[in-house]
Amino acid sequence: MDQTVKSFLAGVRAEFPLLVGVFPFGLIYGVLALDAGLSPAAALAMSSILFAGSAQFVAAQLVSQSAPGLVIVLTIAIVNLRHMLYSASIAPFIARLPARWKMLLAYLLTDEAYAATILHYEKTGFTPTGHWFFFGAGLGLWTTWQLSSALGIFFGAMLPASWPIDFAVPLTFIAMVMPVLKDKPAVAAAISAAVVAVMAFALPFKLGLILAALVGILTGTVLEYRR
Amino acid sequence: MNIWMVMVVGGLLTFGMRMSFIYLFGRLQIPETVKRGLRFVPPAVLSAIVAPALLMPDNSIDISLGNFRLMAGVVAILVAWRTRNPLLTILSGMAALLLIMWGSGIV
Repeated sequence: MDQTVKSFLAGVRAEFPLLVGVFPFGLIYGVLALDAGLSPAAALAMSSILFAGSAQFVAAQLVSQSAPGLVIVLTIAIVNLRHMLYSASIAPFIARLPARWKMLLAYLLTDEAYAATILHYEKTGFTPTGHWFFFGAGLGLWTTWQLSSALGIFFGAMLPASWPIDFAVPLTFIAMVMPVLKDKPAVAAAISAAVVAVMAFALPFKLGLILAALVGILTGTVLEYRR
Repeated sequence: MNIWMVMVVGGLLTFGMRMSFIYLFGRLQIPETVKRGLRFVPPAVLSAIVAPALLMPDNSIDISLGNFRLMAGVVAILVAWRTRNPLLTILSGMAALLLIMWGSGIV
């Protein structure tokens, strides 16, 4: 078998366990996006234009609360800041690729694709076909995300309107936040952000969310440096 | 800004951040402080959304047994803490809310 194909398939395989976990989140996103008031077309387009799970959840939540566009864009930017870290970490391994490859791989650089790819690069270092592994992992995730959100959008239309579907957002975030509360600075970041979010809830344009996020990030960082 | 504009601008920003250091490689590095600060983005943003959703379902603070979402949220937090299983967390929280609502004759 050709080395590029082998590398591509290895990427898909390495991504597979993550895909199993991502699939239900895509379903929930699809259901939620409709419930938030997005059209099926917009809900589906968001999965390929943004292609960022938690940012899509947050965007849907803010749309349902009729937050202004600028606030939604700002929040998306804050939620996706971490991708700059991934970008810096993966950059040396794809530095020699042509620009079109870099753009394609940057588009596919999600939490899950990064996780599988960086483990691979750390093991093998730079290889001539390493970017095919990255592409396999990224495309595997992309396809799963599109498929699962489409299914969620399809089934979401059939759920009874009286069901509290929107409650899936905080539940999803509880599930995501628990594993990262590993030390005191992280717990302090979460608690301070929660307190500010409740206190500043009445601020216009949902600015309380942005303020709370900034206070949380700052609290965590300060505590980390104090240790 | 309509939702399509929001998506396109948000998408371009996201792509820009994913491309940033791939493009700048060899020219610029992330400062250590920023690198260490970034790991607090998920706990801060996610908690900032969860807290009002549980504590103020009707836009004012409600810490009582009558706040069904807070009760169901506590169930989900306990399940998340004990099991670390995302799907189980979501399902148990949703089941708890539906049960409480059903018990009070709302659904």
